[in-house]
Amino acid sequence: MKVTQGQFSFLPDLTDDQIRQQAQYAIDKGWAVSVEYTDDPHPRNTYWEMWGHPMFDNPDAAAAVFEVNECRKAHGSKYIRVIAFDASPGWESIRMCFIVNRPAQEPGFRLVRQEGEGRVVRYTIESYAVREPEGARYV
Amino acid sequence: MNDMNDQTRVTGAKRYAAGVMKYAQMGYWEPDYEPKDTDIIALFRITPQDGVDAIEAAAAVAGESSTATWTVVWTDRLTASEKYRAKAYRVDPVPNSPGEFFAYIAYDLDLFEGGSIANLTASIIGNVFGFKPLKALRLEDMRLPTAYVKTFQGPATGIVVERERLNCYGRPLLGATVKPKLGLSGRNYGRVVYEALKGGLDFTKDDENINSQPFMHWRDRFLYCMEAVNRASAATGEVKGTYLNITAGTMEDMYERAEFAKQLGSIVVMIDLVIGYTAIQSMAKWARANDMILHLHRAGHSTYTRQRSHGVSFRVIAKWMRLAGVDHLHAGTVVGKLEGDPATTKGYYDIFREEFNPMALENGIFFDQDWASLNKMMPVASGGIHAGQMHQLISYLGEDVVLQFGGGTIGHPHGVSAGATANRVALEAMVYARNAGRDIWNEGPDILRDAARTCTPLKQALDTWKDVTFDYTSTDQPDYAPTPEVTA
Repeated sequence: MKVTQGQFSFLPDLTDDQIRQQAQYAIDKGWAVSVEYTDDPHPRNTYWEMWGHPMFDNPDAAAAVFEVNECRKAHGSKYIRVIAFDASPGWESIRMCFIVNRPAQEPGFRLVRQEGEGRVVRYTIESYAVREPEGARYV
Repeated sequence: MNDMNDQTRVTGAKRYAAGVMKYAQMGYWEPDYEPKDTDIIALFRITPQDGVDAIEAAAAVAGESSTATWTVVWTDRLTASEKYRAKAYRVDPVPNSPGEFFAYIAYDLDLFEGGSIANLTASIIGNVFGFKPLKALRLEDMRLPTAYVKTFQGPATGIVVERERLNCYGRPLLGATVKPKLGLSGRNYGRVVYEALKGGLDFTKDDENINSQPFMHWRDRFLYCMEAVNRASAATGEVKGTYLNITAGTMEDMYERAEFAKQLGSIVVMIDLVIGYTAIQSMAKWARANDMILHLHRAGHSTYTRQRSHGVSFRVIAKWMRLAGVDHLHAGTVVGKLEGDPATTKGYYDIFREEFNPMALENGIFFDQDWASLNKMMPVASGGIHAGQMHQLISYLGEDVVLQFGGGTIGHPHGVSAGATANRVALEAMVYARNAGRDIWNEGPDILRDAARTCTPLKQALDTWKDVTFDYTSTDQPDYAPTPEVTA
């Protein structure tokens, strides 16, 4: 399977130059770009690990691509995403988010059904990867 | 008793002599009045009967929508009547529309109960719409003061938090209404939901008239739909939702359905506009209390929004719904099968999504409107749109919108899932190209063709619908062209 979170998961993988273009779009809007990685791509895993702080004062997207590649060196077998954060009033939230790195094999998710009364089913989604402890996933 | 053309106010004891007096003379026409910051202002398009003076007609509207009755009543003198009287203060002829006038009417804030659309509308669109001296009457726009806006909850979730809950940023959301809208069993219905969500959509949707019919009762639909949602979520790693329509005959039934949707883990429920303003506000309150996104389908609105001469403009309905507290509301596509010209639709979208709307006559917005930090509403574009129009949709509507391709997903020659994938690829390719600096308005068809090279479902969609458009003249367009003389 392929985890299709983010803006561009249905497109062919982005090249470094394409990542730079998208990051520059964010920077030109005044948004801070940051890089995050995880080994648990559960749809509600909100807090991926931060690869440094958001680059609030960075005018050049090349620096963002540099950080993506540094993160790949350390966590190349995991999911890595680029995020753009908008601090303007009424938003103060993420405005862009796209995956730029993913494991060679994506095992996907297990759907656990707990049958209750009246045909009600309680659903749990679990990443197969998290059956291994942190640090031992996707290696 | 009075000279037909005399609009001078009558004051003192004469004002309260028993009998009939013109509305303008009673004080409902005040050309020198300067609206207070706390006044609610309504702009009506009035079409007086032949022989009825426009100013008197405007004063009559002010009177009938506030304190007046057909005759003088001495009991006015027991009140601070000066304050409670609505004041028509400006009447302009409508450009290029003989016999029609714009009447500006100011209402003191104390005329209204806070936090109640029902109370607001009972005055503003109450008896006055059947008033005989007018041929037709249309509420075009309203200015809602901050003091009043702040008495409402506003959208239960809002665009920002909705995106955070969905973990989806920087692109329009994608949806589809399950078709055929009537007749599918619960099991078959869930199949469409699963295929569409697995293929790449964020949302599927019940149609407005899917409630609890013999072919599919509501519990059955909810159970099969949630199986589909969770299966699709596990298959893609994305948060998915389906708008479970909880519209029913009584509030008790609606609460029961809403609670069941919550129990099943749905992130969104849906209601129809026809349930009424109070029911909408109740469900918005419930949605806020239960972390639920609230989708509103504007079923019925065209009966009073579509014709220019009579009714209520959709921009006013949009303002009321932002106050009432829904998260999603249909607002037109410009390019699809349903009514909506580009300039007017932009006005609606701005009302949904902006913190502040400056006056923009060319978009039909007559007043500055500050939304006082009420959440933003997510507009929904649906009705006769397909992947081949993606560049136009994003150019017109931006990225904070749910694009709903019903037929454009389910009618795909290779199935529902292929249709969903075609739309998602077209969407991502177009957002990507826009961000990369391409001129998507002009290069859109090329961008789609390029994306279709690596996506067969998109190629099939483009071949099937080519350039299907619905190019009819709109029945509701702005009255003012964007020229400096008019907008200055």
